[in-house]
Amino acid sequence: MRLPEVHFEKRLKTPRWLGPATPPIAVIVALAIGALVLWASGRDPVNIYQRMVRAAFTNPGAFSNTLVAATPLLLTGLAAAVTFRMKVWNIGADGQLMIGAVLAAAAGTYFGGQSLAVVMTLMILAGIVGGCLWAAIAALLRVYLNTNEVLTTLMLNYIAPLILFYLIFDSTSYWRDLSTQSAQVFPRAKTLAEEAFWPEYGTTVTVPFGFILGSVLALVLLFVVRSTRFGFQMRVAADSPAAGRYAGIRTGRLLVVVMLLSGALAGIAGASQIGDISHRLEPKNLQLAVFGYTGIAVAALVRYHPLAIVVSAILVGALNNAGFNLQGPDLPLGLIGVNQGIILLLVAASEVSARHRVVIGRRDRSATRAPPRGESSDPAAAGDIPATQADHRAES
Amino acid sequence: MNESLFVDLLAAGVFYGTPLVLAGLGELLAERSGVMNLGVEAMMLMGAVTAFWFVQSFERPGWLALLLAMLIAALVGMAMATLYAFAVVTLRANQVVSGLALLILGGSTGLSSYLAAIGELAGPSARYKLPSYDVLGLSDTPIVGPLIFGQNALVYVSWLLVALVAFYLYRTQTGLHLQAVGEDPRSADAMGINVSRYRYGHTMVGGALAGVAGSYYTLELQPSWIDGITAGAGWIAIALVITAFWRPGLLLAGAYLFGIVTSLGFTLQARGVDLPPEIFSSLPYVLTIVAVVMVSSGWARGRLHAPAALGEPYSREEA
Repeated sequence: MRLPEVHFEKRLKTPRWLGPATPPIAVIVALAIGALVLWASGRDPVNIYQRMVRAAFTNPGAFSNTLVAATPLLLTGLAAAVTFRMKVWNIGADGQLMIGAVLAAAAGTYFGGQSLAVVMTLMILAGIVGGCLWAAIAALLRVYLNTNEVLTTLMLNYIAPLILFYLIFDSTSYWRDLSTQSAQVFPRAKTLAEEAFWPEYGTTVTVPFGFILGSVLALVLLFVVRSTRFGFQMRVAADSPAAGRYAGIRTGRLLVVVMLLSGALAGIAGASQIGDISHRLEPKNLQLAVFGYTGIAVAALVRYHPLAIVVSAILVGALNNAGFNLQGPDLPLGLIGVNQGIILLLVAASEVSARHRVVIGRRDRSATRAPPRGESSDPAAAGDIPATQADHRAES
Repeated sequence: MNESLFVDLLAAGVFYGTPLVLAGLGELLAERSGVMNLGVEAMMLMGAVTAFWFVQSFERPGWLALLLAMLIAALVGMAMATLYAFAVVTLRANQVVSGLALLILGGSTGLSSYLAAIGELAGPSARYKLPSYDVLGLSDTPIVGPLIFGQNALVYVSWLLVALVAFYLYRTQTGLHLQAVGEDPRSADAMGINVSRYRYGHTMVGGALAGVAGSYYTLELQPSWIDGITAGAGWIAIALVITAFWRPGLLLAGAYLFGIVTSLGFTLQARGVDLPPEIFSSLPYVLTIVAVVMVSSGWARGRLHAPAALGEPYSREEA
């Protein structure tokens, strides 16, 4: 079978509407494919999507839950944006979040008697330290031993939950609750004192403190990237590492700083999980939540723009919240992953449309449009004529 | 260390290392063509869930059910690989982001979990397991018996495949063309080799092997279903290809080393070694980091010979 030819015409300039249009198109197509999956497995997509909208937005208290679900994604989204923007692939936000949560839980229980402001500050600092520690392993290996950070951060994601399991299920660590008989038989973590719970704001819609913190950090990050020397160096090193080196930017040091910044943001997400939401270390939930991977989808959806990540996190948080609420035989949780995976794939694939016009079909149609220059099948000459379409075929 | 522990460990290494051999061979082919297939984990999970579903719902004789289940796993892996190849070869999308997209799409919280839920697969054991053989009646021979003559069907298939891939890479014209595509696509293109076709083809075969590797989990290793059953083996396979310097023979040895490390917990606990299970569970991941660090630094780097165009999209018009 012969597939229709797909080829590209180089764009001279990217149309203005394309950037903002990509995320909504990606979301709509992903939801449509999700509907197809539901329909193919004998479910009623219209009914399920209606219930999802209600569970995520319109039911009483639904939007508050969406914000709760969005909080970790906002922070891990920022964590992903910081490194991915620089073409450094920190995929380890999951592990960094967990280690951040471990230290934040310790700080929260140890300093539980202090005033709330003190406990919160210490918990956030502990989260930052935890996230940075876990990110530092991959960052230092990358800079000093040239080890690919994709594989190291991934492996660290598999190691971190084992540490949590050890602390709660297979040891009598500081984190484990041993105060009652039942807690000794069914292992669980110590719960924070109620005075150490992080505040929520608002009445009909409640906003977790972590969400506000994340939004502020998004603003700060935008400022740092746009208007500081550090941000400028980041952008130069991202777009042209060679130019960065010639300009005297210490790319190795920059890379470590960026990785640590990313780890710190993921660690804050871990602290917020403890302070805002679960109030104790819950290894299984943290392992199943895959906040880190989802954060990458959140950030990629809006091309790593810090402020837009706030919106993107709410949207993906709504999806997670609805999926979690309606979870059951009718709507297996896996559908949410399908939706998010397709969104990310579409966003990654859409990069090409910023640089090229995708033409599907016969090539001679486009050839007649610019006949005098003609086509060049000579690869050496092709580079001289920018408007010439690529001779790049997809066949299988 | 006494002899029987040694044999137990080696036999367990083969048992647990075989999916890494299969998935690693697939990744090796893709990477030799210049495509870093980061979707292996998702392809394995999709292969695992579809093979398991098929075996659970097929009424016919066991051998046919198993054969068809592995075939379906291969096709599903190949379909996912086609999607990946379309994104990274045709659309030249970023390989890390596309690989992660595939992981979220098919992974432990995505389509593989969805299919397992609607097929109600969690719980019961597989109705059929891969057959083990007693080749020439020699499986009772000391030491080599259990290692060489008493393995299951897929182990023998994996040995055959290692030999085939090695022969293909170094002794056939297509194999040499493949190396050219991975090293220098521009020159390969000038020679008249269709770069896209080579990249598609080898990524797809790699996906099929990943799918079969996934089916090994649900048909042999732990013949039942839990979400995320492969537990990162796809990523370990990718690391293995790098640490094996893109060579099939070394890949086989490395996979068995990882198999031994994976099985260490079970083997030692059965002999009364009392350590927290998390320590054993984390060993394969720690070893992966150590292995990748070792080959990416110092003396090994000069001999690495990664395919020069690995991870680089190719288009004629762009230098």
